[in-house]
Amino acid sequence: MRNFGSLLVGVVVLAFMIGSPSSWSAAKNDWPMEDFEPDLTNLPSLQNGFKLYANYCLGCHGLQYQRYGRTADDLGVPRELALESVVFTGQKIGELITTSMDPDQAKSWFGATPPDLTLEARLRSPEWIYNYLKTFYVDDSRPLGVNNGVYPNVGMPNVLLSLQGVQRYDRENGKLLVEEGSGSMNAEEFDAAIYDLSNFLYYVGEPSRLERQRLGIYVLLFLVILGTFTFLLNREFEKDVH
Amino acid sequence: MSESQMDQKPVETNGIMSWIDARFPATETFEYHMSKYYAPKNVNWLYLFGWLATFVLVNQLLTGIWLTMNYIPSGDGAFASVEYIMRDVEFGWLIRYLHSTGASAFFLVIFLHMFRALAYGSYRGPRELVWLIGMAIFAVLMIEGFFGYLLPWGNMSYWGAQVIVSLVGAVPLIGPDLMEWVRGDFLMSDVALNRFFALHVVALPIVLLGLVFVHFVSLHHVGSNNPDGVEIKKNKDENGVPLDGIPFFPYIVVHDIDATVRFLFVFCLVVFFAPEMGGYFIEKPNFEVANPLKTPDHIAPVWYFTPYYAMLRAATFPLFGMDAKFWGLVTMAAAVIIPVALPWLDRSPVKSMRYKGWPSRIALGALCVSFVVLGWLGLQPATKIYTMLAQLFTLLYFAYFVLMPWYTRVEQTKPEPERVT
Repeated sequence: MRNFGSLLVGVVVLAFMIGSPSSWSAAKNDWPMEDFEPDLTNLPSLQNGFKLYANYCLGCHGLQYQRYGRTADDLGVPRELALESVVFTGQKIGELITTSMDPDQAKSWFGATPPDLTLEARLRSPEWIYNYLKTFYVDDSRPLGVNNGVYPNVGMPNVLLSLQGVQRYDRENGKLLVEEGSGSMNAEEFDAAIYDLSNFLYYVGEPSRLERQRLGIYVLLFLVILGTFTFLLNREFEKDVH
Repeated sequence: MSESQMDQKPVETNGIMSWIDARFPATETFEYHMSKYYAPKNVNWLYLFGWLATFVLVNQLLTGIWLTMNYIPSGDGAFASVEYIMRDVEFGWLIRYLHSTGASAFFLVIFLHMFRALAYGSYRGPRELVWLIGMAIFAVLMIEGFFGYLLPWGNMSYWGAQVIVSLVGAVPLIGPDLMEWVRGDFLMSDVALNRFFALHVVALPIVLLGLVFVHFVSLHHVGSNNPDGVEIKKNKDENGVPLDGIPFFPYIVVHDIDATVRFLFVFCLVVFFAPEMGGYFIEKPNFEVANPLKTPDHIAPVWYFTPYYAMLRAATFPLFGMDAKFWGLVTMAAAVIIPVALPWLDRSPVKSMRYKGWPSRIALGALCVSFVVLGWLGLQPATKIYTMLAQLFTLLYFAYFVLMPWYTRVEQTKPEPERVT
C-alpha cells in the first residue's frame, strides 16, 4: 500500500512536469521556431553574450535586477576586466546593470519604452529570444523599415543589422534570405553570436540555476541515505505492531 | 480527558521532570497526545497527509518569515525585492522556491487529506467537529493562498487578484462599494498590496495556527478513524488500552518521519529541478511586473484554485433578476462550503468505503473525476464547448453531495467487522 502511495504521488508530480499550460506560451504566431539548447556550462559563450549585450542591447534595455559583479563572478570574468570591457556607464562593479536611456524619451522615440530584459528568458523562453533576434527583415511599410518574423510589427529597430547584414523575406517560399556580404559576419558567425546572446539572457533570467541543480543532487543524495535509515528504523518498529 | 486516558494512571516522574510536572503538565500532556494516544494499527498511507500538511505549514511559516526579512510590500518595491531575494540574498532563491513550491504542496496534501476523510467516512460522528474545524482551515488556507499570490506583484498576480476581487462587485446592491472597500482604491494598488501583506503574514497565520491547534485537540479527544471505519475504543484490554491501537509515540512518529523523508524527496525534486513546474507553480506572465494597462492574454489562477474558478465561470446566464456573475460567485462559494454538511448528508450505516455499496463508490469516483476535469478546464480559455463541459462537471460535483442522503440510504452495504482488519 505504501509503495502504491509513493507511486501515485510520483505520477501526479510527473504529470505536472510533462504537461504545461499551452495557452500561456508567449509566442502567439505560427512562425516556425528553430531549436535552441541553452548551455550554462559554456562560459566562453556566456562571456561573449555578456559583451554583445553590453555593446548592442544595454543602450536601451537594462538588466535592472542583476549586478555587474555577480555576473562577472558567475561567468568567470575578472572584475577588473569586466569594468573595462562591459561597464560603459562609469558605474561601480557592485551596481545593477541599468540602462542610461530615459524611459519617457524612449517612449516618444519608439512608441513604447524598451522593456527590461532581466527576466525575458523566463517570461518568454530562450528559444523565443534566439528566433526573434534571427528573424528581422526589411519591410518598407514599417516606420523603422524592418519587421520581425517571431514578433510581427515590433517597434524595435534591427540593432544587429551591421553584423547580420540585410535580410529579406521571400513570402512565396516563406524563407528569410541574407544579402551576401552585407554584414560583418557570415551566417554561421551570426548564429553563434545570437546563440551566445540568448544563452546569456537565459543565465540572467535565473543566475542561481546551476547552483540550484548542483545543490539539488546533494540534497537528494542526502535524503536517500537518510531515507534508508528511517526506512530501517520504521521496519524495526513495525515488527512490534503485528 | 478521553476515556482511554482516564483509565490509566499517569507515570510517576522524578528529578527535574517531577519539578516541572508539579508546575506544568508536561508529562501528562506528552502522554495524552503522544505516548498514550492510541492510533489504529491499520491506518494506511492516506493517513500520512495530515502530518505532512503540518510539516508543510511549518515550512511555509519558516520560509515566510525569512522572505519577509527582504520583501518590500509596495507597488514600486515588491517585484524588485523578490528578484533581489532571488539574486542577492544568500540562498534567497532556495527560501523563495521552498515557499512557492510549499504553497502548491500544501494544497496537494490537503486535497489528499480530504479525499481520505471522504473515502473512510472520517467526517462521521463522533468526528463532526474535527471535520468542521478542518473545513474552516481549508477556507482560511484558500484565502491565505490568494493573498500570498498577489505579493510577488507580477502581472498574473495583479490580474488574478483583480479578477477575484471584482467578484465582490457581484454582490447585490452594495457590490461596487464593497469592492472599493476591499481594495481600498478604485483599482488594485499599493493599498491592496499592503493590506494583503498584513493579512498574509500576520493575521491569517495566527488564525490558521489556532484552528490547527483545535483540530488536533478535537481529533485527540475522539481518536483517529481508520480505513475500516470502526471505533478502536470499543475493544480495550484490562488497562484501558485499545486492543487495535498502537501508541502514537514512538510507532506513528517513526512511521511519519520515514514518510516525511519520502515526501521531501519528491518535494526537493521540484524545488531544485522544476520550481516553475512547467508554469503551474510559477506562471510565466508573473515574470513581468504588475501592469494595470496590460492584461495578460489569458488569465488563470494557480492550479489549486482552478476547479473552483471553472465552476465560477460555468454560471453563464442570469436568474431571478441577478446577473450571471453573481450566480458564479454563489456557485463557487457553495462548492467550497458544501462539504461542511457531509456529516449530516451521509446516512449510511457504515463509515468506510470498504463496506459501502457501489453507488457510493461511483459517486466518490465521479467527484474526484469532476474535480480534476474542472481543475483542467479552469486553466483553459472559456470556449463554448469548455463552458458546457464545466457546467456538466459542476453538476456532477454537486450531485455527490446533494444526492448523498439518497444513495447512502438505498444502497446495499457490507457488514462492518467487529475489529479492524
